[in-house]
Amino acid sequence: MTVMQHIWIVLGVLFVFLNIAAGLIWVERRLLAMWQDRLGPNRAGPLGLMIVLADTLKLFFKEDWIPPFADKWVFIFAPAIVVASVLMSFVIIPFAPGILVADLNVGLLFFLAMSSLGVYSIVLGGWASNNKYSLLGALRGASQMIAYEVFMGLSLMGVVMLSRSFNLAEIVAAQEKVWFVFLQPVGFVIFFIAGLAETHRLPFDIPESESELIAGFHAEYSGMKFGMFFIGEYLGITLISAMTVTLFFGGWLGPAFLPPVVWFFLKTFVFIGLFILLRASLPRPRYDQLLEYGWKLLLPLVLVNLLVTGAIALWMKH
Amino acid sequence: MISHLRTMWLVFLHLFHKRETIQYPEEKVAMRPRWRGRIVLTKDPDGGERCVGCYLCAAACPVDCIALQAAEDENGRRYPEFFRINFSRCIFCGYCEEACPTYAIQLTPDFEMAEYRRQDLVYEKEDLLIDSQGKYPGYNFYKMAGLSAGVKEKGKGENEEAPVDIKSLLP
Repeated sequence: MTVMQHIWIVLGVLFVFLNIAAGLIWVERRLLAMWQDRLGPNRAGPLGLMIVLADTLKLFFKEDWIPPFADKWVFIFAPAIVVASVLMSFVIIPFAPGILVADLNVGLLFFLAMSSLGVYSIVLGGWASNNKYSLLGALRGASQMIAYEVFMGLSLMGVVMLSRSFNLAEIVAAQEKVWFVFLQPVGFVIFFIAGLAETHRLPFDIPESESELIAGFHAEYSGMKFGMFFIGEYLGITLISAMTVTLFFGGWLGPAFLPPVVWFFLKTFVFIGLFILLRASLPRPRYDQLLEYGWKLLLPLVLVNLLVTGAIALWMKH
Repeated sequence: MISHLRTMWLVFLHLFHKRETIQYPEEKVAMRPRWRGRIVLTKDPDGGERCVGCYLCAAACPVDCIALQAAEDENGRRYPEFFRINFSRCIFCGYCEEACPTYAIQLTPDFEMAEYRRQDLVYEKEDLLIDSQGKYPGYNFYKMAGLSAGVKEKGKGENEEAPVDIKSLLP
């Protein structure tokens, strides 16, 4: 691959995913409305699609206010972390054979490391805001991270065992015969729950929880700094959906009448829809409940899953 | 877990339900006839004003948004010299309609009263008076009243007996 090709792929990935993240404003509001028997935004432009532009412009024109009691530099820095860390994770996702930014042989570990960094933005943002609700949100963000991070990594080890690789392109290639969701159903469910907690999406939006902490860690944020948290959340949804597709649903693989990239994005959008459906349907647990389920139920479950997968893999070898 | 999946499925099925939204400016809301909206002053079947300037509506108003001044014409018929309702204060409770002894003041099923300037929400008598009998067609207060105010002779009203001749003992 030449340098120019590489740069074009990087720019293309950046362009496509930032636009998807922005477009999700419309997708989420329309889908939520549909599931609540409403219509959603349908005035601005065809099907209300221009709401994306209107919302973005609105965010740009909002007063970008830094509270005098805030820790200024950390306050400015925190929203950048979530977007940067999530965008970094997209680096290792193979969208189609040959279309990926970095072909890392430890791709999966890189994803786990980068996506975990996102929690810094919550903790730092909540801390720097110097506001008791924000601090409570940050506290909850940290405790939630302790809950999901353990079984998130372990739930993916079954996939690694089956494909014998940390390289995502090889993991996809190993699913040529059968998708890993059929071999690792428990791993898939647990990874999806962890991913939900990772993106702080609605059943697990414990650090944000607008009903009790107002907006939690980003209560003091306004303008485009708030927009960064917003974009980071939508990028996170896209990332977890893309990872679920890559690891469990055969990535770009699919019948030949559509090109691989189209298959990849179709599958990803199904999972984005599932994220929004979960927001529409499930209530939020308390954070001690999440910790309890994480450590007492999901962690043993994922360890048993790992044990059984290992045993079967060993038995098949002999 | 099963109940969560069931919840998700049931929520998903709402995709195919009927929408509750009324797309307002294009689609109008079906208003009930008793809806308490914009206040009007009605006229009797002869085209005269029903309002007799009794101040009961102004007294009943809990937010004091009604102001009027009663006057009398040459026949002794009372009417409001001015009648002013400040709709930026009005809470559309309908007490004025209940208090009105002549069915003059009525609330109508109209809520589209938005204005750009607050001052435009103060309605004068010419804004309030409508050329209609409202909810009580055929009612004419001065035909019922004992008073003669140029509408009918004394004793010629509806359900009214001729005046007793106080100078005579005969029944």
